Amino acid sequence: MARAVTTQRKIVFTALAWGIGLMIFFPILWTILTSFKTEATAIADPPVFFNFDWTLENYQVVQERSDYMRYLWNSVALALGSTFLGILIAVPAAWSMAFVPTRRTKNVLLWMLSTKMLPAVGVLYPIRLILIQLGLLDSKIALIFILMLINLPIIIWMLYTYFREIPGEILEAARMDGATLKDEILYVLTPMAIPGIASTVLLNIILAWNEAFWTLTLTTVNAAPLTAFIASYSSPEGLFYAKLSAASTMAIAPILIMGWFSQKQLVRGLTFGAVK
Amino acid sequence: MATQHSRSAARAMMAPAVFLLLVWMLVPLILTLWFSTLDYRPLRGTFDCCEGLGNYVRFVSSSAFWDSILTTLQLLGGVLLITVVGGIGLAILLDQPIWGQGIVRILVIAPFFVMPTVSALVWKNMFMNPVNGLFAHAFKAVGLEPVDWLSQFPLFSIILIVSWQWLPFATLILLTAIQSLDSEQFEAAEMDGAGPFARFGYITLPHLARSITVVVLIQTIFLLSIFAEIFVTTGGAFGTRTLTYLVYQRVIESQNVGLGSAGGIIAVILANIVAAILMRVVGKNLDA
Amino acid sequence: MGRITLDKVRKAFGDVEVIPPLDLRIEDGEFVVFVGPSGCGKSTLLRLIAGLEDVTSGEIRIDGTDATHLSPAKRGLAMVFQSYALYPHMTVRKNIAFPLKMAGMDQAEIDRRVDGAAKVLNLSSYIDRRPGQLSGGQRQRVAIGRAIVREPSAFLFDEPLSNLDAALRVGMRLEISELHKRLATTMIYVTHDQVEAMTMADKIVVLRAGHIEQVGSPLELYRTPRNTFVAGFIGSPKMNLIEGAEAEKHGAHTIGVRPEHFQISTEGGTWTGTIGVSEHLGSDTFFHVTVPGFAEPLTIRAGGEVDLHYGDTIHLTPDASQIHRFDAKGLRLP
Repeated sequence: MARAVTTQRKIVFTALAWGIGLMIFFPILWTILTSFKTEATAIADPPVFFNFDWTLENYQVVQERSDYMRYLWNSVALALGSTFLGILIAVPAAWSMAFVPTRRTKNVLLWMLSTKMLPAVGVLYPIRLILIQLGLLDSKIALIFILMLINLPIIIWMLYTYFREIPGEILEAARMDGATLKDEILYVLTPMAIPGIASTVLLNIILAWNEAFWTLTLTTVNAAPLTAFIASYSSPEGLFYAKLSAASTMAIAPILIMGWFSQKQLVRGLTFGAVK
Repeated sequence: MATQHSRSAARAMMAPAVFLLLVWMLVPLILTLWFSTLDYRPLRGTFDCCEGLGNYVRFVSSSAFWDSILTTLQLLGGVLLITVVGGIGLAILLDQPIWGQGIVRILVIAPFFVMPTVSALVWKNMFMNPVNGLFAHAFKAVGLEPVDWLSQFPLFSIILIVSWQWLPFATLILLTAIQSLDSEQFEAAEMDGAGPFARFGYITLPHLARSITVVVLIQTIFLLSIFAEIFVTTGGAFGTRTLTYLVYQRVIESQNVGLGSAGGIIAVILANIVAAILMRVVGKNLDA
Repeated sequence: MGRITLDKVRKAFGDVEVIPPLDLRIEDGEFVVFVGPSGCGKSTLLRLIAGLEDVTSGEIRIDGTDATHLSPAKRGLAMVFQSYALYPHMTVRKNIAFPLKMAGMDQAEIDRRVDGAAKVLNLSSYIDRRPGQLSGGQRQRVAIGRAIVREPSAFLFDEPLSNLDAALRVGMRLEISELHKRLATTMIYVTHDQVEAMTMADKIVVLRAGHIEQVGSPLELYRTPRNTFVAGFIGSPKMNLIEGAEAEKHGAHTIGVRPEHFQISTEGGTWTGTIGVSEHLGSDTFFHVTVPGFAEPLTIRAGGEVDLHYGDTIHLTPDASQIHRFDAKGLRLP
């Protein structure tokens, strides 16, 4: 609105927004702060905020006890692997739905989304059995596939909404210009959809990183990612706040940092492509 | 855009996705369906055929089932209510001209990056713990008796944790929608004599309707399968056992696969009903 | 070469027949305009020729060979789209070079042709910009450039000027006409604007609901419209169509008189009416005249300096040799 905003009004809103923003962020901030405290300071009453003796001891202890790097590597492998595989399968499918829609397209899309509504517990046991039979329980390959499958509907949906913003005439022009289907997708569609694809990739890395049902129930040691690493702190170590905080910080830091660096794409991705 | 050639190409390119999802959906589902008719308890070595619908009857007639349905609905309703209402409020606030809007936005979306196990553990221990939690400290500071949140108000506590995780998502979607609102509409309404509340009710809210359905749809998809937050905090005790969790307990903890599978099938059916209703409502509203 | 023949071409989407069986011959080097109101099937017809849609039945021949089932790329045609359909992530140079690259041409030849096209279309100074940095008219030129480098046997234009403002439209119209004169390649041009059709075409194809209403040169359509639809569609402002007693005097169900074929007088004439709105264009004046007994007001074209005003009485005499007569079905009477 082209209208002078009174400074007074702006101050009030700024204070309010910052207050609420800090409140929402506080649990994360508190966790990070606590991770640098000693166990005694961590539970001090009244709580200590900044003036304590900062220490890195908790991080050392956590790394020694739990082999953080292995979990981290597993998380990275699962998140990137499942996202990459998902994109590979989703791009052609989304192209079909966006540019050659049929009467069934909408139903297929809704069906895909509805597979995400199937309660995972309903099929947990058979999946476990199948994996045991295949010797793939606690393997990264199996989890990459499963994480890919549970996020595939979301990936397809997001790509579909992004692709639909691209005018079909441009693809037709490419076709008139002699492009094959492969050329059309590789040289015209994909470069035009890069921002959308980036958002989709980022969101799915987060979803895969944070997925905490299959990763908890289908892994024990070898393939266990950071979600399992943290779950091992639920008790009784959970009572050691400083160590819990250090472990938590280590689990969320990679994603938080990635999130801050790619804020623009991510914000777009976080809306699942549903709102423009 | 639609020649024979492009149509068959389209079918071929859809095929992998459709095939994979179909297999992913059907194979385990059929196995579960089969198990649900068995007396299958691996720990005792029973694998007997022909329970028929016995498992279903037993699952549905236990009071735990109905409690879990109620819990699921309360959790879902509570979180949706808090995130949608809170999200609208926050979105409107963030849409105002303020200093450092970008930073505030980062602060607000941060909880979305936190994995469920971490947020559940942090909230459980560092905030809701009755002895050392921050809430306990705060209550003592103002002279109140500290509360053991997770045993006295377990469901409310979980709703709070889950809402904290999903509020960023709702806020972002609604903020994006509000920012796309044409300010001329507002100016026209102001010229027509509408006050701030009338403008909110007649212009902002209807404009947000579509985004609100998106929020409800996506959150429902994820909330129905909430697991880690309960697993880590209460382990399903104190009336926080959702249907998902109940089935998990039957299958994994008590290793009664037959009974649990029946529960799983029921969960699938219920989820399908919810999905059908949602899809009908949303499908219209989504233009997807 | 660019001779295109449509033989009983029919297009249906499901049960809906958009184009009933239709025959059309387009000669090499002709500038053919498909014109008609929106939804008349003109764009569909163009897309059938381009190969972007399948024909349901019938045959399309390009230079004598059957192209009915060829993919768009293999038909040797180039198309300019309404939205220009430029590739936003490529520079002007890459946009124009794209079809040549797809054809596997060697880089030296690509550069030569792109530079040639850029020079012809005055694009040389923008050659390294992206479409987003260009104005509407410049984008239009890039789209044309992309079409001409391929040296196609025919150009297809799908309402290419409708996204430009009025002044630019007139300029581009001239440029396309000049291009046609210079290249002497077949052009098929779709528009809903009959002025574009009249000014550019060698041959106009008037379409309605998938049917060809009339094919002919602009002046043929102007002088001898085959039916009331063409009569009303071609010419601006549109022809006055009069039914009833006045038409019967001429032995017709409907008579048509163009606004420019009246003599006006303040003293006396065949019909007498009252002036409603008058539009002064400087060179011309258009009067909307209500004549008692006529269903609709007549539009009359008069000189620019005529001094008549709202509410004045006016006497009109149609030019006897310019009265078009139509029967009850709307068909032209000899």
